[in-house]
Amino acid sequence: MLRFITKRLASGVLLLLVISTITYFLLYFSSGSVARNLLGDSATPAQVVAKTHELGLDRPILGRYLEWLGHALTGDLGVSWYSNQPIVNSLVSRLPVTMTLVLFAIVLAAVLATVLGMTAAVKGGWVDRTVQFLAVVGFSVPNFVVAIVVIMLFAINWMLLPATGWVPITDSFSGWLLSLILPVTALVIATIASAAQQIRSAFKDVLSRDWVRTLRSRGINNTEILFKHVLRSAAPAGLTVLSLQFVGMLGGSVIIEKIFALPGIGQLAVDSTSQGDTPVVMGIVVYSVIVVIVVNLAVDLINGWLNPKVRV
Amino acid sequence: MPLSTEAVAVHSAPIVRASLFARLMRNPMGLASAIIIVVVLAAAVLANLIAPFDPNHTDAMNIMSAPGGVHLLGTDSAGRDVFSRIVFGARSTLISAFVVVITSILLGVPTGLIAGYYGKTFDSVASWIVNMLMSLPAMIVLLAVRASFGSSIISSMVVFGLLIAPGFFRLTRTAVMSVRNELYVDAARVSGLSDSRIMSRHIFTVVRAPIIIQSAMISGIAISIQSGLEYLGLGDPTMISWGVMLNDGFTNIFTNPLLVLWPGLIITITICSFALLGNALRDALEDRQQIRLSRAQKRAKSAAMLVAKSGTSSVAGAATGAQALPEYSAGNHLLSVDHLSVGYPQADGSLKFVVQDVSLFVDKGEVLGIVGESGSGKTQTAFSILGLLPENAKIAAGHIVFDGTDLVSPQSGVISQKAMAAFRGKRIAYIPQEPMSNLDPAFKIGYQLVRPMTQLLGISKVEAKAKALAMLETVGINNPERVFNSYPHEISGGMAQRVLIAGAVACDPDLLIADEPTTALDVTVQAEVLDLLRDLQKRLGMGMVLVTHNFGVVADLADRVVVMQYGRVVETGDVRSILRNPQQEYTQILLSSMLEGKTPMTMLTANAKEL
Repeated sequence: MLRFITKRLASGVLLLLVISTITYFLLYFSSGSVARNLLGDSATPAQVVAKTHELGLDRPILGRYLEWLGHALTGDLGVSWYSNQPIVNSLVSRLPVTMTLVLFAIVLAAVLATVLGMTAAVKGGWVDRTVQFLAVVGFSVPNFVVAIVVIMLFAINWMLLPATGWVPITDSFSGWLLSLILPVTALVIATIASAAQQIRSAFKDVLSRDWVRTLRSRGINNTEILFKHVLRSAAPAGLTVLSLQFVGMLGGSVIIEKIFALPGIGQLAVDSTSQGDTPVVMGIVVYSVIVVIVVNLAVDLINGWLNPKVRV
Repeated sequence: MPLSTEAVAVHSAPIVRASLFARLMRNPMGLASAIIIVVVLAAAVLANLIAPFDPNHTDAMNIMSAPGGVHLLGTDSAGRDVFSRIVFGARSTLISAFVVVITSILLGVPTGLIAGYYGKTFDSVASWIVNMLMSLPAMIVLLAVRASFGSSIISSMVVFGLLIAPGFFRLTRTAVMSVRNELYVDAARVSGLSDSRIMSRHIFTVVRAPIIIQSAMISGIAISIQSGLEYLGLGDPTMISWGVMLNDGFTNIFTNPLLVLWPGLIITITICSFALLGNALRDALEDRQQIRLSRAQKRAKSAAMLVAKSGTSSVAGAATGAQALPEYSAGNHLLSVDHLSVGYPQADGSLKFVVQDVSLFVDKGEVLGIVGESGSGKTQTAFSILGLLPENAKIAAGHIVFDGTDLVSPQSGVISQKAMAAFRGKRIAYIPQEPMSNLDPAFKIGYQLVRPMTQLLGISKVEAKAKALAMLETVGINNPERVFNSYPHEISGGMAQRVLIAGAVACDPDLLIADEPTTALDVTVQAEVLDLLRDLQKRLGMGMVLVTHNFGVVADLADRVVVMQYGRVVETGDVRSILRNPQQEYTQILLSSMLEGKTPMTMLTANAKEL
């Protein structure tokens, strides 16, 4: 088990290294006119040169990359070109918003997708066809369209929920919960749709196994077979599906946070991209890859624990 | 290789497409989505002709006008014609989808072909890269690309094509790996065709259809991503696109919600059409396979029917003779099956029968052998008795009575799961054919033995464990405690079959249904398991239905035999008389195929008893 974890961690670190290297060279490849953009048109050429030097952009890229990597290994991702804030601080302060949004959504998606997928697989017939059709449609509606529709209906027409904005849980619990409902809805629909479809096939696969029939022949009741045995065997496939969906949601949260004006990492990503704040974009890539690695490792561990052949 | 690939596509594509296309058009969902996509495509190509206004022409006097009149869908916040902008927006949308699909096919398909065909180092490196790409959040990567390459939507779409290429890679790789070892590919290789020719001629034809389906799906996703980027204001500001229109509408959502409605609607409808088209294509392909299959089956069946007909008529003739077919009635039999027919619904609505007009009975303490080759309906008959037929199976006719209780009554046509629940496991038990696939791999053997006992007999876990250990010992397992605490993957096939036998007899059933209980075992283990079954059957006084293709097993264990072929009973009777004097040609063939010119031990004992 320990070897398994070490191997997974090592491959995660390698992944992080490869991605951050590629991203670094891509991002800084085109950062020639940064100082000019930062200082504005009124700056003198001397000021631009000074600023370029200050940012270190006049040094060879390889040296800068190694320096960045050295700092990154000690947990320092540098400062924003615009706000001069340490990037790690802004990531950490925004992390709770994004994680609340994504975790809420993934738990909701896990429950609903399992219920829908399981029902479709077990009942078959028109229930199955309906779930499959809804899944295709749900998957097709982009999250920003869902966001606009729910804002129009629930916030503008019926005025039931706040259209945008974020209420910290420390300010007001009910306000926090209400401010989450619409963004989570917008984020979760496509996820439920595609996860339900894949969970359905996972269940169908397990239901067709010989041992399910044998368990029934032994007189074990259907509910127990379904919820204890079939669910258990379908769980690894379901978890893998959900981990992929989680990664997708990290991307989806970018759009959702921007629409709903949530002060999360996604919003930071959009703002720093349109400003050209390269160190922040770099920091966000590193953070995303780390989250992905941690989630995948957790899923691998759970799946390993669920499978007696792997468990040691 | 590219040349020959094209040649293949040109030669064989029209044949595939013609039938696939016709099938697609018959599916209302496929037809509707295809029409929508064609309309969007036409709008994109003919935008200059269709659009009534210049999409960038601003009319300051006429901003946010309502739909109707000259401006079909009204005007936006700058007084531009919304309809014209939607028509021109189709252009950038479809171009984006096209760029993504082409990039991902160009990257994914050739690498998938090579990885699947040659495997080895290339495969492991490619698979690692694919896993890496799949674990990246696409939107974040696209933001990084936007930050480094500027606002060109095309470069974003090329990168998105790279990120989504794993879909094509995996699809191609899997398809190629499954085809690579097919006989016709071997034959092509032996006949000296070069690898590239084999790939283009044999393998490309296999992956072509899945690639088309995947392309439809990916087009939808690409449109969603492109519109999303444009909506965030991260796209190309000079381009007219649905996402930009949505953004403009969103800022005016309070004053004119219609400006959000039109682009939102067209984006959703277009993406939906691509997804539904992909689904319809897949259905059409699966249909075609099914139809091919059922045609082949029909041919086989009609041939079978001829043989079966002649068979049954001569059985009827024989019935008046020396060996009468008993007239079955529920009577005092432990189990009686009366004129049972089981079928599976086909695509055209008819039933394909796998069991037809089968009647048989088992008395208390008696062993009935059901013999026949595979496809004779013997296992389907056994599953009917257990009420464990697959869900789509239909009982078309017949009556099954177990110890005075109707399991299938002539009217209902279904197995009464309620009636079954009272018997299954407790009074009717089942031994499957394949030992390793019939134990749940996630649970320990002990749990799988104990759970039915605590549930059905209402005894405590401790009692059930003691009983399970005793049962394991009875079935000849030397170290019951160790097996009890093992997972199924930790024991051998022969051991697993003993565990399954122990599980079957654990609740002292009155009827044991054994479906080819020794077929999957080694020859030496087979004999031991048969001995065990005979011993248990005698000791517990169970009735038994022994399903097998092996007359040797029947001769060894059974009291009476039912011979089945093509879902019908061909011959039935006492085991000795059938072995000595088979009336039907089919029984004779079965017997002689088993004998292979030798006289088996079991025959000798059967004869010896008689002498």
